[in-house]
Amino acid sequence: MLNLQPYADPKYFVILLLALLPVAIGLYFGKRLNWYEVVVSLVFIFLMFDGKKYHEGVALVGYMIWQWLLVWAYTLYRKKANGTVVFYIATFLSILPLILVKVAPAANWTHVTSLLGFLGISYLTFRSVAMILETRDGSIKEFNPWLFLRFMLFMPTISSGPIDRYRRFVKDITTVPDRQKYTEMLEKAVWYFFLGFLYKFVISYILGTVILPQVENLAMLSASVHHGWTWWLVPVMYTYGFDLFFDFAGYSLFAVATSYVMGVELPMNFNKPFLSKNLKDFWNRWHISLSFWFRDYIFMRLVFLIMKKKWIKNRVTTSNVAYIANMLIMGFWHGLHWYYIAYGLFHGVGMAINDAWLRYKKKHHVPHNKFTEAFAIFITFNVVMVSFLLFSGFLDKLWFK
Amino acid sequence: MAVKEEVVDILNTIIGEDISDQMDDDFFESGLLDSMATVELLLDLETKFDIQAPVSEFNREEWNTPNKVVAKVESLIG
Repeated sequence: MLNLQPYADPKYFVILLLALLPVAIGLYFGKRLNWYEVVVSLVFIFLMFDGKKYHEGVALVGYMIWQWLLVWAYTLYRKKANGTVVFYIATFLSILPLILVKVAPAANWTHVTSLLGFLGISYLTFRSVAMILETRDGSIKEFNPWLFLRFMLFMPTISSGPIDRYRRFVKDITTVPDRQKYTEMLEKAVWYFFLGFLYKFVISYILGTVILPQVENLAMLSASVHHGWTWWLVPVMYTYGFDLFFDFAGYSLFAVATSYVMGVELPMNFNKPFLSKNLKDFWNRWHISLSFWFRDYIFMRLVFLIMKKKWIKNRVTTSNVAYIANMLIMGFWHGLHWYYIAYGLFHGVGMAINDAWLRYKKKHHVPHNKFTEAFAIFITFNVVMVSFLLFSGFLDKLWFK
Repeated sequence: MAVKEEVVDILNTIIGEDISDQMDDDFFESGLLDSMATVELLLDLETKFDIQAPVSEFNREEWNTPNKVVAKVESLIG
């Protein structure tokens, strides 16, 4: 049976672009073929979850019904009242399937994974939870079942983002860009597709498939005779770090390009992250749609709550607590492994140190020029690479397996 | 005091320097305002003008210069 994983091979791109051709022609002539878009999206989602992956497809359907009922019910409730407890319960219920799927491997609940798990559950949960939070704020007032489904199941981003925002998405999907704008989007889409090919199928292939297994082997061999430590960790670290970037940035370029073809201006996910001047700058450039999601829905809300309720008086303590909580949650979201949680903690503490440095720099008028900036980029890059080595789980394999 | 002066006052206190001569500068771009300071700004505006400005209404493109903040506050009061 034909099964198509998103952006996995050349065949996928040919089929995808042929299927989207009528959409593009329609948009070029100022018309959005809504029904056709929906049918194409559903067919592609079906092809993702058919054959051996049918149980994931069933889980997706169940998940969508759950979220659909939840967001609908909460919107109805919110029109009449605004209780805090109800809001927390709704939020919790919305995250619950994801929590179960994340806890299942650690707790050895194999039936839970096969019952509830499907590729993309995290990314759908980000969208759904954000809708509940914005409904709480009164920013989303109506539940539109049709637009809800289109937002949640937007085909280019279903498996791994970028994470769009409901109100932004609705603006795009209910309008048609004018011809000049759409032509520019198509030009960008072509460029992104080719850049994505270079990133994912050339650079990431060389780094991740050709080089990485070799250096990992050398590191394992060397570590076994040197009590767990080896200089081979250095090439493992850089190879893994660059591979992570080129693989994910390549995928993100495909998702953005596909969505441009569909006349939706999805936000970009990466912006030269390895040229960041400090850790804060890095999180404005790396996996942007995720880090902004955490910034807006976790960090800022937590700070708001702490300050409003006056739980912590000191401003610096407040932001440090919020940084660490924010990054730890991000760590847990990646999965219940010590190295993901350590990665979260590393970045939480890193953000706190970074802020302390920025305050010191401002107060003491630390000199600033091209050389200090280059040095800052160098330091940030290496700090980030160390964190990626942690994130890779390779240390777990090296030391504990 | 006019809304404008009060907003500038709040911004000056949060940022820690006088911004009255850069009313159209993007303070996110210049790094003068971060997420933490943004929340302080929202809370201060809420107390001072008795307006509701929830975090999810806070769209960075609409709030990124002192003048835009003034306009936002005026529209929320109005």
